[in-house]
Amino acid sequence: MTPANARTRAIIEESVLPPLVALVVALVAGDLLIMAYGQAPGVVWRTLLEGTWGNSYGFGQVLYKATTLTCTGLAVAIGLRAGLFNIGAEGQLAAGGFGAGLVGLLLPAGTPALVAIPLCVIAALAAGGAVGSVPGLLRARFGAHEVIITIMVNFIVLALLNYFVAAKLHVPETLHTPEIRAGAVARLSAAMPAFHGSAANWTIVIVGLAAAAVWWFLFRTRGGYELRAVGLQPDAAEYAGIRAGRVWFNALTMSGALAGLGGVNFVLGYKHYYEDGFTGGAGFLGVAVALIGRNNPVGVVLAALFFATLSQGGLAINAMVPKQIVEVLQGIVIIAVATAVPEVRRLLRNAVSKRNAAR
Amino acid sequence: MSALLFLAQTVRIAIPYLFAAAGGAIAERAGIVSLTLEGFMLGGAFGAVLGAHYTGSAWAGLLSGAAAGLLLGSVHAVASIRFKADQVVIGVAINLFAVGITRFFLQLAFGSSSNSPRVVGFGSETAGGSAAAFLTNPLVWLGLAAMPVVAFVVNKTRFGLRVRAVGEHPQAAASVGVPVDQVRYAAVIASGALAALGGVYLALDQHQFTDSMTAGRGFIALAAVIFGRWDPLRAGVACLLFAAAETLQIQLQAAQVIPSQFVAMIPYVLTIVAVAGVVGRSTPPAALGKTSE
Repeated sequence: MTPANARTRAIIEESVLPPLVALVVALVAGDLLIMAYGQAPGVVWRTLLEGTWGNSYGFGQVLYKATTLTCTGLAVAIGLRAGLFNIGAEGQLAAGGFGAGLVGLLLPAGTPALVAIPLCVIAALAAGGAVGSVPGLLRARFGAHEVIITIMVNFIVLALLNYFVAAKLHVPETLHTPEIRAGAVARLSAAMPAFHGSAANWTIVIVGLAAAAVWWFLFRTRGGYELRAVGLQPDAAEYAGIRAGRVWFNALTMSGALAGLGGVNFVLGYKHYYEDGFTGGAGFLGVAVALIGRNNPVGVVLAALFFATLSQGGLAINAMVPKQIVEVLQGIVIIAVATAVPEVRRLLRNAVSKRNAAR
Repeated sequence: MSALLFLAQTVRIAIPYLFAAAGGAIAERAGIVSLTLEGFMLGGAFGAVLGAHYTGSAWAGLLSGAAAGLLLGSVHAVASIRFKADQVVIGVAINLFAVGITRFFLQLAFGSSSNSPRVVGFGSETAGGSAAAFLTNPLVWLGLAAMPVVAFVVNKTRFGLRVRAVGEHPQAAASVGVPVDQVRYAAVIASGALAALGGVYLALDQHQFTDSMTAGRGFIALAAVIFGRWDPLRAGVACLLFAAAETLQIQLQAAQVIPSQFVAMIPYVLTIVAVAGVVGRSTPPAALGKTSE
């Protein structure tokens, strides 16, 4: 096989196949569910598109949701690049939001945005990073499996935050903290009135920069090279003088920090307070985003837009089909991509080796 | 409060854990990751309510709940074994799918986004928490029997030996003629049905399905399996321990001695301590999560 062929095949396998499978499966499974509910698929799909990409409010909502999902997707992706599965993004996202909200609450009112916003963002990164560092440390120090630890830490963090909010900080009759005094991020609609009413805010720029930084780190720096080397073959990396334990710790800490950054979107950009349960599954969906985005920051952004479209689209079609249809589709899409992509890869590999054998 | 009442309450809370952990123990010993227990339980709870609603029989509910678990278990098995998909990804996906599909059909069948209508359960209708209703509920006895039975199967039978073999060293098992994939299929599908019975118990005990009613119990069961070092009997003891902590918390609630959130953390903290190996290392089956190419 020529190098050019190999490259084309790699591009097809890595970049084209997963989203293609996701789209086709979502369409077919969606058709069946829509018909089960006695509606015409064509009309429902059109309404879904019109309600998301077809008007600026819907599009703003898609951007808002994609911003959070990009963070959790990047978090899972950077972990997987180091060979570690972080499924605790839900708790890290919540911790990040809580950190941002707490600092915003403690800062005196009237703190200039130029000071307050960076402080709150750093708090979000630090809180998420701290949560991520626990499985990182246990993995590096004791070899404890990060999947188990991230699940367990997840529940501990969510319970802890629930305690702080419910017992210490909440506004009476609610499960959210008082409004932050400083650090609010402006809505996009302030500059672009077309987005009026949507939650899209300038966090999207911060997160876009974070995605670019992750790409740069992974593919253009020594640290990123070491991280990927450990992810591919920890023993070989150790032999080459890379300390795998340290890379694991750093990777999971960065992963947690990225998930934590997502909390900025809700707390600073949308509600201006921390609310118990605001994550609503966005952390777990990060696994799907990283999977479809093939652990590549560019792919993660596109996959986040896809899942955000589904999620917002569910609201647009709720009058015709229950919006829960999109949750079903999300599950089906993940199962389909996780099973179909390795299968097709095996078929391609078999076909090539057969052809080579025939020569 | 009497010790007997405390024991009864502990068992009542432990039954769903015992069912799910029994399923988790058998699947994980066969080398397949059981992040799916939560989804299996939720599917079982909804299946039970559907069956009980349309037939008016609790036994039919039990069967349809178990069938839902078989179905979800089969999806997990086919994806993980036949297609060698990443078991953690599939686990997350099945849990998301279970939440979505139960909400969708809750809307489709009962026109509600929060709960089903009241359905029959085992025992007398007025029961609530009475001892008679508790003792005549077959699911209580099935739940108490589940762990010893799984322990016996895993440790003392030919099938159990094969389960342990494919979980520790599938290549070695295959080389002596053990049908690795078949054993794993059986283990995972059985885990689906067992965990689903935990959901069936919850739904029939509360006489209805409510949205996401399993509320993380599948993960507590998984924690029990890991804390019990993947040994069914120890996992069963862990379930009872976790349930006792919860019972204690409910009893102490009025006194406000410890905030409930801290009691809720106990299973997770203990599991982390066990996995990190601070006191006696908890080591998973060697081939856990690896489906060989």
